[in-house]
Amino acid sequence: MSRFSPYDNNGGSCVAIAGADYCVIASDTRMSTGYNILTRDHSKIYKLADKCILASSGFQADMKALQKLLAARHLIYQHQHNKQMSCPAMGQLLSNTLYYKRFFPYYTFNVLGGLDNEGKGCVYTYDAVGSYERVGYSAQGSGSVLIMPFLDNQLKSPSPLLLPAQVQP
Amino acid sequence: MFRNQYDTDVTTWSPAGRLFQVEYAMEAVKQGSAAIGLRSKTHVVLACVNKAQSELSSHQRKIFKVDDHIGVAIAGLTADGRVLSRYMRSECINYSFTYESPLPVGRLVVQLADKAQVCTQRSWKRPYGVGLLVAGLDESGAHLYYNCPSGNYFEYQAFAIGSRSQAAKTYLERRFESFNDSSRDELVKDALIAVRETLQGETLKSSICTVAVVGINEDGTNEPFHILDQDAVQKLIDAFEIVKEPATEAPAAAEPEGADGAGASDAAQDPPAPAAADEGAAPMEI
Repeated sequence: MSRFSPYDNNGGSCVAIAGADYCVIASDTRMSTGYNILTRDHSKIYKLADKCILASSGFQADMKALQKLLAARHLIYQHQHNKQMSCPAMGQLLSNTLYYKRFFPYYTFNVLGGLDNEGKGCVYTYDAVGSYERVGYSAQGSGSVLIMPFLDNQLKSPSPLLLPAQVQP
Repeated sequence: MFRNQYDTDVTTWSPAGRLFQVEYAMEAVKQGSAAIGLRSKTHVVLACVNKAQSELSSHQRKIFKVDDHIGVAIAGLTADGRVLSRYMRSECINYSFTYESPLPVGRLVVQLADKAQVCTQRSWKRPYGVGLLVAGLDESGAHLYYNCPSGNYFEYQAFAIGSRSQAAKTYLERRFESFNDSSRDELVKDALIAVRETLQGETLKSSICTVAVVGINEDGTNEPFHILDQDAVQKLIDAFEIVKEPATEAPAAAEPEGADGAGASDAAQDPPAPAAADEGAAPMEI
């Protein structure tokens, strides 16, 4: 007799890469449960503010709940401050929101991407309970173990294995 | 007036069956500077007079965006109005969160009215000293409501509250039958003329009035609640200042041309205004 689990893993991966004055956020659109595909067309990306986009993989019901909560909090912020939330501010809010449920967590692995207050690209990466860090690039979800090594190879530092450009005579 | 015996607290009736504290609260609304609302089948316009305390200070905000589809103009104790606006915003957010759809205006005004009624039946409270003109859009169309401190609310085609609002009401009474079929721009123009009526001869300038609109465009897209840009308002004022209230005869033939010119420039002006406001500091205000 298996115990009822409040969680499910709907799979999928999310990536974000920060550029000088831009940020790229991407995710796959497959939503699955176990070996079954529930839909091929479900986006894991949600725009929270003009300069702040959230991508979450994991349990989609918790993802949806998290998105709704952050969107409502953003509306309140806009009413109080007369402006949109910045990406770093939203980053902190997301961390606090996740930790608030430290003892019954949101089963979501989040990547927050956008532009910081200076207009530079920024990416924040989270665990399920809100530990977060600003990074240049990140991947979360089932494919993260495959994607991160690839990003490290391409983005971490100039690779000594790259061939120098051929000089034409 | 011998009403001083029965007006000490809100829970005391007078022998004539009146609650004087509530009536005094309604007086506070009449003392505030004017606020006007008008509606057509598709749009609602709110306009108010902004009187600054002194030349040195800025004027108080009297129009608040409550949600994309609802806005409110207040008259009376603006602090009470601010608190009620915050309550309305909170109710809209909570409803959208639960039902994933916008709060119908009629529901919001009932909640607001019930909140006001509570303050008329508690000995440790006082009535809110603010009248609210609630303008909103929902599935059943465009609506304009007036909420009193007494806890009553009424739906209107057009209404004015605050000091010298009678002059505006007189103008609105003459013209209201045509409002339902008015275009958005005609409605804004009528709102500005009504504001001018309350100024009793003082020149109407965009610096002393605020205008806000919410509605559905002809193509079916929504025009979310927003306060019009000052320059756009000044252009509209300039367009009609030369001509007085439109008559029903031949002068009306010349007048609509002026309105169309203003309408065209206003239509060009307004879509950029909300977009530009996104880059600026105040997407919720403008």
